Amino acid sequence: MANVFTRVGDWVNERAPGMAPMYRAHMTEYYAPNNFNLWYYFGSLALLVLINQIVTGIFLTMNYNPSAAGAFNSVEYIMRDVEWGWLIRYMHSTGASLFFVVVFLHMFRGIMYGSYKKPRELVWLLGMLIFLVLMAEAFMGYVLPWGNMSFWGAKVIISLFGTIPYIGNTLVEWIMGDFLPADATLNRFFALHVIALPIVLLLLVVLHIAALHEVGSNNPDGVEIKKGPKGNRWDALKPADGIPFHPYYTVKDLVGVGFFLLIAAFIIFFAPTFGGWFLEHDNFIPANNLATPSHIKPVWYFTPFYAIVRMIPSFLGSAVWGVLAMFGAIAVLFALPWFDRGKVKSIRYRGTGFKVALGLFVVSFIALGAVGAGITAEVIPVWFGDVDVTFWENLFGRLMTLIYFGFFAFLWVYTHFGWEKTKPVPERVTTHD
Amino acid sequence: MTKRQLLMKRYIFPVALAFSLIVGSASVQASEEGGLPPAGTNVQDQASLQRGAKLFFNYCVGCHSLKYMRYERIASDLGLTEAEVMENLNFTGAKFGEPVVSHMPADMAAKWFGKAPPDLSLEVRAKGPDWVNAYLNSFYLDPSRPVGWNNTVFPNASMPFPLWELQGLQTAVMTEAKPGEDARVEKLVLSQPGKLTPAQFQQASRDLTTFLEYASEPAALERHHYGIWVLLFLAFFTLLAAMLKKEYWKDVH
Repeated sequence: MANVFTRVGDWVNERAPGMAPMYRAHMTEYYAPNNFNLWYYFGSLALLVLINQIVTGIFLTMNYNPSAAGAFNSVEYIMRDVEWGWLIRYMHSTGASLFFVVVFLHMFRGIMYGSYKKPRELVWLLGMLIFLVLMAEAFMGYVLPWGNMSFWGAKVIISLFGTIPYIGNTLVEWIMGDFLPADATLNRFFALHVIALPIVLLLLVVLHIAALHEVGSNNPDGVEIKKGPKGNRWDALKPADGIPFHPYYTVKDLVGVGFFLLIAAFIIFFAPTFGGWFLEHDNFIPANNLATPSHIKPVWYFTPFYAIVRMIPSFLGSAVWGVLAMFGAIAVLFALPWFDRGKVKSIRYRGTGFKVALGLFVVSFIALGAVGAGITAEVIPVWFGDVDVTFWENLFGRLMTLIYFGFFAFLWVYTHFGWEKTKPVPERVTTHD
Repeated sequence: MTKRQLLMKRYIFPVALAFSLIVGSASVQASEEGGLPPAGTNVQDQASLQRGAKLFFNYCVGCHSLKYMRYERIASDLGLTEAEVMENLNFTGAKFGEPVVSHMPADMAAKWFGKAPPDLSLEVRAKGPDWVNAYLNSFYLDPSRPVGWNNTVFPNASMPFPLWELQGLQTAVMTEAKPGEDARVEKLVLSQPGKLTPAQFQQASRDLTTFLEYASEPAALERHHYGIWVLLFLAFFTLLAAMLKKEYWKDVH
């Protein structure tokens, strides 16, 4: 048997001599720092979820009917009559939410350890593009079941573009292909969701990893292992603190995969709607343009951005400012490598100001999520009694919006004027064992 | 730090935290459904499902369909034979493989009740079992309404209450109307007992809710069945992966 494999390998090598070196460059001879911690699981997990979404998505596509008349029925057909259809659908719907969980944690890791800083700005930018495309992909996928929340969510989100002066209304009709989300909208969203955006997403993921492997991975100490001493057990010229990605990090990531799948399976089999957070109650009612759900809100992963739209008041006769602020909230993340002028990467050696600011940033993001999900509107009357809920919610939401954007402004001032008091960064990675 | 502490810190603590967050946020959402008493349904209880199905087909199917639910599926999931289902539950003459569709014409129903009775296939997924169960317990006589009935959980519902012969007749005790406000229902009292005692009726409404919960997601029965085995397999897989990792990393640390 071994002989057969060797011969097939030799046969391929003769005809494509570049393949084996490429495999080695990215796997067995890609040297990653040896001090990755828990936060470094989420990149490989994001890749795992992407593959899950594509595979389960293919099977859903086989049974789904992208028409306003048939979409809702076909989803119930998948849930009831298609063999294992319920499992495929729950893997896809749970995967969508968990995709955002791991991507948020992956991004937070990057901010915490300064992985966006020189020389990895391009890795960060490509990652942010992935995040942007992922949001479009998730939004369009959310519309496809054609439940009442799909319909009204689509209507509200698309109508955000209507706030743009002069062209707004025309643009909204152009996006929907109708005056309301309808058959035409569903058809084009289906095409974009299953073909266009996944192709873009895959391309960006390849570029993201290629750009990373060009400069090498950062690590919890923010130390450049390529600048450190050379020579490890495998190669005299490679970084002393590096270990081959395969097999060391492939087996380590396998442990992360195991824990992740345990959590995912628990949700898929025992709480697939996740208490209305992953699959919303109102989306089990078919789309109805005459019956508005009592609370229109996007799925949880969009709520922080949705809250920013709601919190910015309209002035000068236009509501476009909220929409600009929402896109601005993503734009400032793109520009993070240029807001932060500090030379020290890892939070372990950064100044107290950075630690406090990052903590507040996380708090503001979660708090905005709560505002966008309507939690504050429910909690304020319970905690504070008979008060003006809208006034206090707006005050709270605007304060949190200010903190969100304030993080970036503070970071620039803090590092540009040299106010940050950093600790000495070690020469080599520290191993905490 | 000892190996054991390291293990706790590295793996067990984060996973425990993740699980508690999951369970916590799910239960927070559940309790936010509006302070209704818990329905106490259990879709794994086959006897309850059978009793609920009997109630549904005797009292509800005259007006309400379960258009996504086939008789055949009900038979196999509830442990009933084809003959049992076709004789005792199927009153519309539909074939065994066909879905449960009420014979009431929607346009006539809309004329009679002001609103066509909705399909109930997904009612529990849309409203929650607590809501459905509370709704079934909250009908009262209200001569001011077109069909003579009203409901405290869903005020001004256009549905008459076919289960009244089981529950009996409830009437509302109203609070005194404040100036500028309508009088509100303070509580419901049983003014004429039905065929069942209040405790028996509570069980009956719970059975009916259980059946509707099952109808809204028949896969729930399979989910729980396979879920345990999948989790056990994954736990074993994770253990093997952790051992493999430890073996490989011996020469790193």
